[in-house]
Amino acid sequence: MRPVDTLRFATRAATGYPLRTFLMVLAMSIGVAAVVVLTALGDGARRYVVNEFASLGSSLVIVLPGRSETGGFNPVNAVTSTPRDLTVEDGQAIIRAPAVLRTAPIAIGTSEAVFNGKLRDVTIVGTTADYLKLRRMDLAQGRFLPVEDPNAAVAVIGAKIQSELFGSESAIGKVLRIGDRRVRIIGVLASTGQGLGMNADEVVILPVVVAQAMFNSNTLFRILVEARDRTLIEQAKAQTTALLKERHDGEEDVTVITQDAVLATFDRILGTLTYGVAGIAAISLAVAGILVMNVMLVAVTQRTGEIGLLKALGAEGKAIRNAFLAEAALLSAAGAVTGYLLGQAGAFALRTAVRVLPAYPPDWAVVAALGTALVTGLLFGVMPANRAARLDPVQALMKH
Amino acid sequence: MPLIELTGIERVFTLGDSAVHALANLDLSIEAGEYVAVMGQSGSGKSTLLNLLGLLDRPDAGTYRLEGRDVTTLTADEQARVRRERIGFVFQSFHLVPRLTAAENVALPLMLAALEPAERARRVDKALQDFGLANRADHRPDQLSGGQRQRVAIARATIMQPAVILADEPTGNLDRATGEEVVHLLEALNASGVTLIMVTHDAALGARAGRRVVMQDGRKLSDG
Repeated sequence: MRPVDTLRFATRAATGYPLRTFLMVLAMSIGVAAVVVLTALGDGARRYVVNEFASLGSSLVIVLPGRSETGGFNPVNAVTSTPRDLTVEDGQAIIRAPAVLRTAPIAIGTSEAVFNGKLRDVTIVGTTADYLKLRRMDLAQGRFLPVEDPNAAVAVIGAKIQSELFGSESAIGKVLRIGDRRVRIIGVLASTGQGLGMNADEVVILPVVVAQAMFNSNTLFRILVEARDRTLIEQAKAQTTALLKERHDGEEDVTVITQDAVLATFDRILGTLTYGVAGIAAISLAVAGILVMNVMLVAVTQRTGEIGLLKALGAEGKAIRNAFLAEAALLSAAGAVTGYLLGQAGAFALRTAVRVLPAYPPDWAVVAALGTALVTGLLFGVMPANRAARLDPVQALMKH
Repeated sequence: MPLIELTGIERVFTLGDSAVHALANLDLSIEAGEYVAVMGQSGSGKSTLLNLLGLLDRPDAGTYRLEGRDVTTLTADEQARVRRERIGFVFQSFHLVPRLTAAENVALPLMLAALEPAERARRVDKALQDFGLANRADHRPDQLSGGQRQRVAIARATIMQPAVILADEPTGNLDRATGEEVVHLLEALNASGVTLIMVTHDAALGARAGRRVVMQDGRKLSDG
């Protein structure tokens, strides 16, 4: 039998039983679609997080107070008491490091902002003039915190605060009450949307000294450090660590992380998660494979008489086996293609529904899903096909 | 040299713990171009004989020579090739593939023999013409009458120009008039030189054959 004929014969057999074929294709396509959609979701989440980090700035080094020990138990930690606070002076000291371009301390807290009887909970960020450049933020109006007067009672507000407290009026020059203090608004940030869970549109930025006085605390939440260049990130990290160690009496009680490291960690965690969901979805592919086998076994029983006839007409075992294998392959291929289209449609729906999520299925997942579908279909088709090929022609012919 | 030569054929089936001799020490020789009716009661072994002649079944003992060649020792695939090229089957229940059209059913042996599509189409067209089925080419079996179905089956059996046609009760599922028509068709093929071996328990049909082999309990009761 020619391959073209085998394929045509198998196609006729598949289309000859439309309901069976439809159900089979449906089962297989659900498996493939599940892999495509779930990996799109997983990978979308990964990309979302990675993009969020990238929006922080590309050559950032972040200093956290306290030593986070990831390398197991360290006896030094057992004898040290609470770590030293991270201070504004620490931030100013870091700027001396040759690989560092600029730094910005961050003190963070929440408070109430009141203007003209309108009250709103806001996130207070205490920082310095360099913060704007460091975070790659833009101003919509006015100017940012002044370099010359770090104690000025001034504020820069997020776009959402502007619209909620002041409406279409300009907020510049207005006096805002925050907690028990009064600050003059000198700038409004351009709207940026989401930024690492902290919405930059809903913050009030104050000089760090003012913010610390407001929270009655000397400690900083973070110090952001920008390296002079992407290639100098590791040097900036090392120099920052050395400087702070020196300032803290030789004790390394801060954690300095690079954005790349954080990014890589998230990338790894979410990547593993994607593999995990792909694995779970692949189970449905295995189930679909077993279904293919079941359907093909039923087909062999159903068409026993036909197999007997083909044998009587001189079909070799190989021809019959190939015809049934081709049919199994066709069913899985149709299922795989349908599933792929369904999956892509699902991912598209996901992207439409959740706009911030770049839910595109990764290429490896698509290839793996289609490959698994075809391979399981064929693999599980072998047994029924062999059974058909081995049927005794006399017995088979009697079953008509 | 006879077309078919069976010597000392034994075929034993085991049913539970008793052995049934479907064919016992059977010798049979059929010349090319003969018209033989194999007759006998059900259980006499005539179907087993036909299956054996058609290489669908193997004897437990004895030799079967087809056109002088010992075919009992061939592998399953070699036997399939002999069936494809030298033997045509006509069954009582027609055995057409329901999802294929008349033309596709007739073309099945040519497809299995991997003939060129153009050559296939030419031969199928001619066969359908010869058997008066030209305007039924695209009909599926369920759109054909019983007589038409058996004509499709005969067209299929002869499309490879076999040496012998094995017909198992070819009129069994047909009314008298159509049955007559089908028998005439088979006899016309025999007249053109094809050996015809027909299993039947219809005495009137058997009487038309040039030679009658009557079977009983796996043995030849009479031959001639």
